[in-house]
Amino acid sequence: MSEDAIKAEGLTKVFNGSLVAVDHIDFSVKNGEIFGFLGPNGAGKTTTINMLITVLKPTEGKAAILGYDIAKQNNEVRYSIGVVPQEYTADEDLTGYENILLCADLYGISRKVSTKRAADLLALVELTAFKDKKVQTFSGGMRRRLELACGLINRPKVLFLDEPTLGLDVQTRAATWNYIKMLKKEFGMTLFMTTHYLEEADALCDRIAIIDHGKIIVVGTPTELKDSLGGDIITVAIKKDVDITELVEQIEHVKEVKKENGSYMIKSANGEVTAPLIIEALRKEGHVVTRLSLTKPTLNEVYLQYTGKSMRDAEESGDSLHAKRMMMARRRH
Amino acid sequence: MSENNNISKSKLHGLWALTNRELKKWYKAPTVFILTLIQPVIWLGLLGNALNLGSLVSSSSLAIPPQVITDLQLSPAQITGLQALFSNMGDTILQGTFGTTSYISFMAVGMIAFTALFTTMFSGMSVVWDRRLGFLNKALSTPVSRAVIILSKVLSATLRSMFQASVILIIAVPLGFQFGAAFTPLSILGVFAFLFLICMGLSSMFIAINIRSTRIETPMAVMNLLNLPLTFASSAFFPIERMPEWLQAVATVNPLSYTMNGMRQLLINQTINYADLAIQYAYVGIFAAVLTTVGIVLSWRFLNK
Repeated sequence: MSEDAIKAEGLTKVFNGSLVAVDHIDFSVKNGEIFGFLGPNGAGKTTTINMLITVLKPTEGKAAILGYDIAKQNNEVRYSIGVVPQEYTADEDLTGYENILLCADLYGISRKVSTKRAADLLALVELTAFKDKKVQTFSGGMRRRLELACGLINRPKVLFLDEPTLGLDVQTRAATWNYIKMLKKEFGMTLFMTTHYLEEADALCDRIAIIDHGKIIVVGTPTELKDSLGGDIITVAIKKDVDITELVEQIEHVKEVKKENGSYMIKSANGEVTAPLIIEALRKEGHVVTRLSLTKPTLNEVYLQYTGKSMRDAEESGDSLHAKRMMMARRRH
Repeated sequence: MSENNNISKSKLHGLWALTNRELKKWYKAPTVFILTLIQPVIWLGLLGNALNLGSLVSSSSLAIPPQVITDLQLSPAQITGLQALFSNMGDTILQGTFGTTSYISFMAVGMIAFTALFTTMFSGMSVVWDRRLGFLNKALSTPVSRAVIILSKVLSATLRSMFQASVILIIAVPLGFQFGAAFTPLSILGVFAFLFLICMGLSSMFIAINIRSTRIETPMAVMNLLNLPLTFASSAFFPIERMPEWLQAVATVNPLSYTMNGMRQLLINQTINYADLAIQYAYVGIFAAVLTTVGIVLSWRFLNK
């Protein structure tokens, strides 16, 4: 088996002959890695997932999951992946337990095995007490957990999560993060997730790809991406009104010094190490530091740097828009 | 981690699970089920009785006016003879036209087929719902066969309409349904066979029409468009021979007519014409086979976006 859990080469999807949703993207996800797909609305995240989970046929290019070609060996792919979709797909008229068993049946898992697994998964997502309640009565968080349980019923090696915490409250989101970390840690699962939440990508993902207009703009670990912006910003103020720019520029790790409103903005690749050095250097020269703060760049800045600041409202397919609306409507109840 | 020996690699795995999912939605919501019964029962109770010529045309409704008796100087024997003629007139017309003296029986069979039509129409809608709610995408990402996804819809619609049609038949009995002389308990099996075939064909047709649709308005429009034409251009209310020619043209190719005529032979006719019955089975059978195949072929090609 190849080392890459997912490998895409020139993967492309064109809708109706002209709308290029995904444009020749290349990336690979290593075994046991949590890989985040970030991008604005309509960037091509869901289209990419749909191709990888064999629901959409690529127009061009290819991709393999655990070495299985998504076009030619789609059945092998389907047996080895799990999917937690963006929408709530569980049947409202059935109970949570019935929904999980239904998922098991879609994989052809024998009833003897599936009842055992369903019980384990319900316990895992803490829904055992509600298993015989109709899904209609579930809250958004409970539904999300049920979707997760359904996606795990075939013990997938690669799990796809499309916006796993969209619209969840803080508690449920934290719980979902824990499940995701646990799946990686305990089962060595490879996870491919899309998300809008940058702090989520930062907290969970080993590597991140930022996608916009159907193209991957940058791939890297969260730290690499943040470092690519030029590092942390240290703001320093001193008692006396003398220019220390030249002095600070001599200090190790310092990249750039700017004087602004009486304080100095210092850019550095490694703020924690640089800050003490700055204080030390200034003291040596007899300066008294009155104020110092350290700001780390967040993925927010990275994201905005690469995707620009304009909002993306247009160009969502009616299909998914409707599903989202239904979801919102249901959540209100 | 995978336990392959516990996994069925059968091409049909998941068929019963998906069929059962649809059936559960149906029997867990009996209100909807009861509502779908109301319309055919009203048709039956109202039209079935109103058009019952046996009671409309009788010696009491067609009494010989005294003026006529005196003018024609009819003898008492002639009067009794005429009255007997009148009282049998309705039944004679019914027997001659509809093949039974009970119009409500004729129509009840039509309503059984109508119920089948109506129930199968909803299978088109359920494809659209599954697409919109994301369930279809989810199912497509599992190893379940694409044909099974369609077949489960066809099968559940078929089982549902067979049950509902039986209920209509049971309700028709207290309303005045009369079994024909040729009826045997075995005929019931024959009727189920007809219903099975027509429902397979019809639900495949409605699913095929809606297989790519993402708008719930599409199946509704299709239902509205086809519902009444398919019902009226069939032998649901009148035998085809009594229709205007242009309507006959449609009714003679309408598989619903063949189903109804076949079921009438089995249920209400005095004798069974086996040659006709064979043709009726063959016609409905071919309709079912062709449309189910079309549905499956389309599912391979078009279920994925």
